Amino acid sequence: MNFRYLPMTQEDKKEMLELIGVKSTEELFADIPENIRFQQDMKLSPPLAETELLKELQQLSEQNAHIKTYPSFLGAGVYDHYIPSVVDHVIRRSEFYTAYTPYQAEISQGELQAIFEFQTMICELTDMDIANSSMYDGGTALAEAAVLAVSESRMKKKKILVSEGIHPETRAVLDTYTEAHGLEVKTVPLKNGKTDVDILNDHIDEQTACVLIQYPNFFGSLEDLKEMEEVVHAKDALFVVSSNPLALGVLTPPGTFGADIVVGDVQPFGIPAQLGGPHCGYFAVTKKRMRKMPGRLVGQTQDADGNRGFVLTLQTREQHIRRDKATSNICSNQALNALAASVAMSALGKKGVREMAVQNVIKTNRFKEKCKQAGIAIVDEQPVFNEFVLDVKKPAAEINKELFHKGIIGGYDLARFDKERQGQMLVCVTELRTEQDLEDFARALGGLIE
Amino acid sequence: MKTIEMPLIFERSRPGRVAYSLPDSDHSCEYEAELANLLPSEYLRDEEPELPEVSELQLIRHYTALSTRNHGVDSGFYPLGSCTMKYNPKLNEDVARLPGFAYIHPYQPEEQVQGALQVMYDLAQSLAEITGMDAVTLQPAAGAQGEWAGLMMIRAFHEAKGETARTKVIVPDSAHGTNPASATVAGFDPVTVRTDERGLVDLEHLRELAGEDTAALMLTNPNTLGLFEKDIVEMAAIIHEAGGKLYYDGANSNAILGITRPGDMGFDVVHLNLHKTFTGPHGGGGPGSGPVGVKEDLIPFLPKPVLVKKEDMLTWDYERPQSIGRVKPYHGNFGINLRAYTYIRTMGAQGLKRVSEDAVLNANYLMRQLQPYFDLPYDTVCMHEFVLSGKRQKKAGVSTLDMAKRLLDFGYHPPTIYFPTNVEECMMIEPTETEAKETLDAFAEVMIQIAKEAVEEPETVKQAPHHTAVRRLDEALAARKPVLKYDRG
Repeated sequence: MNFRYLPMTQEDKKEMLELIGVKSTEELFADIPENIRFQQDMKLSPPLAETELLKELQQLSEQNAHIKTYPSFLGAGVYDHYIPSVVDHVIRRSEFYTAYTPYQAEISQGELQAIFEFQTMICELTDMDIANSSMYDGGTALAEAAVLAVSESRMKKKKILVSEGIHPETRAVLDTYTEAHGLEVKTVPLKNGKTDVDILNDHIDEQTACVLIQYPNFFGSLEDLKEMEEVVHAKDALFVVSSNPLALGVLTPPGTFGADIVVGDVQPFGIPAQLGGPHCGYFAVTKKRMRKMPGRLVGQTQDADGNRGFVLTLQTREQHIRRDKATSNICSNQALNALAASVAMSALGKKGVREMAVQNVIKTNRFKEKCKQAGIAIVDEQPVFNEFVLDVKKPAAEINKELFHKGIIGGYDLARFDKERQGQMLVCVTELRTEQDLEDFARALGGLIE
Repeated sequence: MKTIEMPLIFERSRPGRVAYSLPDSDHSCEYEAELANLLPSEYLRDEEPELPEVSELQLIRHYTALSTRNHGVDSGFYPLGSCTMKYNPKLNEDVARLPGFAYIHPYQPEEQVQGALQVMYDLAQSLAEITGMDAVTLQPAAGAQGEWAGLMMIRAFHEAKGETARTKVIVPDSAHGTNPASATVAGFDPVTVRTDERGLVDLEHLRELAGEDTAALMLTNPNTLGLFEKDIVEMAAIIHEAGGKLYYDGANSNAILGITRPGDMGFDVVHLNLHKTFTGPHGGGGPGSGPVGVKEDLIPFLPKPVLVKKEDMLTWDYERPQSIGRVKPYHGNFGINLRAYTYIRTMGAQGLKRVSEDAVLNANYLMRQLQPYFDLPYDTVCMHEFVLSGKRQKKAGVSTLDMAKRLLDFGYHPPTIYFPTNVEECMMIEPTETEAKETLDAFAEVMIQIAKEAVEEPETVKQAPHHTAVRRLDEALAARKPVLKYDRG
């Protein structure tokens, strides 16, 4: 059997073994005790030729209904947006995707500069001082922000207040991250679709390390960041906001409202849904927290001739230096996806990010009106960016089945994580949904719940 | 010599230029006017983010220029130890971009994405077979997250038995930095076990450390010195007798595919770095994927949901009362898992075994070629990687860092340097199986030349690199006066 990724010929092997001074490759494995040698063949499918494998995988891929052929109204943290063609052309350049972490700066200036630009763009969108080179995703970024807040208090403050408006899977991740450290995670419920500031006020105390808010929240509503910031800082807790970065093209950014840490996922910029990953988290802080933030940071410097260049910097924060003293263990992050997001943000640019964000607001609100006209009630109506909740009266899973028969991928069934929300559907409208899509969806929905 | 600087994308910007095209663009004025009625004014951003304004060609030229200032595996040899910089197959990239895989939403009903779930199910089974484990989760985003998830499962396992006093995780001094960091993040106290003169875990020391407070031993095998921990069976017995669990850091599993399996060595939990051994591209630092395999007694603690087969239908099982919960939203880095799956299907059992054989042969061949010119701290057969010490050259005033920078002049990515820390002036070299003999020969020749230069013309090495896009960069300056974003001034 020939393997196209393995260049070693029998002749090579002979010469190499001779130089090493052994008779067979087998001798090189002499340190592995006989009793733990694997004596059989691994039970794996036999190797396939390139064309055969591609054909098989193509067939498997065709068993999936994808959101480029069915208009989709699913959002809930993963969005179907315009991806400029340039994005894939750039990230397919193998100088980028076949490199690793840019430890050798002199031959990694491309990656380092691209990340430096990414950090800048995130700061611009969030109105924060410093952003890192990326996190795994928005969910783990928020969990890491909470851990940072607790460690900043030198473990004295062990209470974390979380809005009910945080993505439920992010909340689940947060629970796993905090469990090991005996931290108290308390939920602040929503009132009319937004975090209840009165209850936040009741819950917050000197033991509170941070308050976590999502903006726009999971149910689509814009949160009262201004009001909450005062409450949070009055008790000296950190104000942590998770934000859809595209929304910040039109919305007042969390930094302007005084957030201490802003995190989120840049998936809306140039990254396909891919069943939920890989996406790319971002993490931004105020200057004060520069030396405490997790993940990699790229900084500007000079070379021996005084030319501008970029390097990984402030590495003493990181696991490979701090080892057991590190507060985060993140190593590989999502560099290539950060690059994809950078390219998308550059392609859209100042004007396009705004225009795309505005289109989301307009089309979502137009769809809202269409729903109302079709007799579908809105749950907890509030100003929104590109998502809101519909009262579909029946189990949303059943409605979605019917919709799929009509060629539409419906919204997110909120009963999936909260039984109390049976009959509620979280719908998302992006710039890619046409007037016709909205008409069809509203009409189909109206028909199904009559 | 001052050269013409590579501009930042912001420095190429001119107001009014665009590189995008959105539907309904002709309605923008109307939309902008409508906006004020839909959002209260305090929510409307008054200062626009300063993002670049360039044309499409300018954008492409910018990133193309950046790419030429970057070295990847496709550019040239990249023997970065413990990172397994092997070739990234192009078929994998094509598969990952099939619309039925790229454009599926994690919340589509299961019946709409059975093809994708099939890939995940088969991949998890293949990885269980390769590692000798009973079940595999694909949820962790990368190796470090896999380590943490694995340790959280071990923690939950001990707690379920009421053994809450197991607070210590034993980690060798030569371990990857993520090991002790992951142990801390999982709420354990890491303790260090020494490496002995053989370059292996000091068994006596391990015996002293193992006890009622031991939660786990984390081990990379082969270890970071490229040596197989041949006492592994005994080590497993020591830890298991003490009531602890064995954790396998799979960063170095490229050496053992089809030859030995962590499950058969006595490990209870394993993570793999799919972006290393299984050709997920390294991406300039990710995205990776760090699946975790466990033995039967740890299955109840796997992150949820778990993918199960029910009457020919693949479905997510959330009813897992003992699960550690979620470690990541959605279903892991599917795009990377898909690439690994494509690779495994390309190679099969026979091909994967040859991968490890060739990787080990390549490493030994290169080691023996270089041995006369550098110090070889552990003169024995190595596995997929080996370490050299540059202390001979250091005596002549040339550091390992200098030699690494000199390698850049010849178009090579240097080895991992100054790690593991227990070897002075360390260079950790991992050629991988996808490199041809001629490449290894040419690299060896250059290394030998540099060793000579270190003695005969040390300044050439100390001033290196000479032929890269920029000269040696001042890292101290970057840390002393941090500039972490573009300042429009």
